[in-house]
Amino acid sequence: MEFKDYYKILGVDRAASKDDIKRAYRRLARKYHPDVSKEADAEARFKEMKEAYEVLKDPEKRSAYDQFGANWKAGQDFQPPPNWRREYSFSDGAQSFGDAGQFSDFFETLFGQSRGGGFSFRTGGGRMKGEDVNATISIPIEDAHRGASRTISLDVPEADASGAVRRRQKMLNVKIPAGVTAGKRIRLEKQGGPGYGGSPAGDLYLAVEFEPHPFYRADGRDIHLELPVTPWEAALGRKVVVPTLGGPVDLQIPAGSSSGKILRLKGRGLPGKPAGDQYVELKVVVTPVGGEKIQELYEALEREHDVNPRAKLGV
Amino acid sequence: MPDRSRTSLRGIVLDEQVTFTLHELCLACGIQTELVVEMVDEGVIEPAQAGTEWQFRGDSVVRAQRALRLVRDLDLNWPGAALALDLLDELERLQKR
Repeated sequence: MEFKDYYKILGVDRAASKDDIKRAYRRLARKYHPDVSKEADAEARFKEMKEAYEVLKDPEKRSAYDQFGANWKAGQDFQPPPNWRREYSFSDGAQSFGDAGQFSDFFETLFGQSRGGGFSFRTGGGRMKGEDVNATISIPIEDAHRGASRTISLDVPEADASGAVRRRQKMLNVKIPAGVTAGKRIRLEKQGGPGYGGSPAGDLYLAVEFEPHPFYRADGRDIHLELPVTPWEAALGRKVVVPTLGGPVDLQIPAGSSSGKILRLKGRGLPGKPAGDQYVELKVVVTPVGGEKIQELYEALEREHDVNPRAKLGV
Repeated sequence: MPDRSRTSLRGIVLDEQVTFTLHELCLACGIQTELVVEMVDEGVIEPAQAGTEWQFRGDSVVRAQRALRLVRDLDLNWPGAALALDLLDELERLQKR
């Protein structure tokens, strides 16, 4: 089992006061709390911090932990001394923070196992709903449009025959409903951690994320797309083909359109009540002048169509 | 050993289309009615319609759970959690543009 350097995790000195430890934890928690942070490893970092704080804020646990001295390094192979259990008894495990099975083997070996999804607001009585499990699922926008089935792998707590909680890899096939949008959560009842004392299992929450798409960008159910057009398509107003999630459609560009003009394809976004729209932003692209003939045509246009697009800038 | 279930699980999307009764919200959050009343009083979540019986939209369930975690982990009070969630929503909206 790996040794955990709780002081290092919270970035405090071994001599740090209770207040120093609290301050360090609060500062890090604000930064890495999974509901606040955008850091990729926020969830794992935050769990570590909670565990470190759980030990260092409690004078009894801290002094027990301090016995191991400063020579231990994080990740070093660790076994508790043989007399550990006789000398120390931490029957309460990690009740104040709950989240059964969230703490490391290192913590559980030293301080006992946390019991149940003991949210501090929950009332006890021995009956406790199992731990809710939160995970993120990243899907292509196309899957959100037509719906899909995805296999996900989850690390979920499970109770073994003796009632001890172990984390286990579990594969689940999950339906992605058509019309789901990024940032939404899919709730799968009773697919979380086991309940205690005959109470129901926790739930599984999947936060939906969209994989980056080469040209679509989603905003809720609406889809945004930048559409390259030629100067003459924009000037003359032509019909062009536009990709949508439901397949290509014809779009009439109004004559005299400039770059940045936005056209709406109603109901062509993600399905729902109401369905989203697709917004098409025109981007006039100019390709290098190829050949003498094209050069002449541009020059003729310059002579015939003498406009100053910068008039408003006073030049 | 990882096991593989053949049938696909069908969940529900917690959006404005689904509603939870007060009891269902309590079960989903693992809390008692009094706490829900407190969250409503403090403006953390809002019932979908102020009828005789409270109903909550799916996004309120997500919001209640996030608020509970923030209050527990960061030692915020309810107005603080509500403010943090409003600002996070606003930040997300701005980042999308």
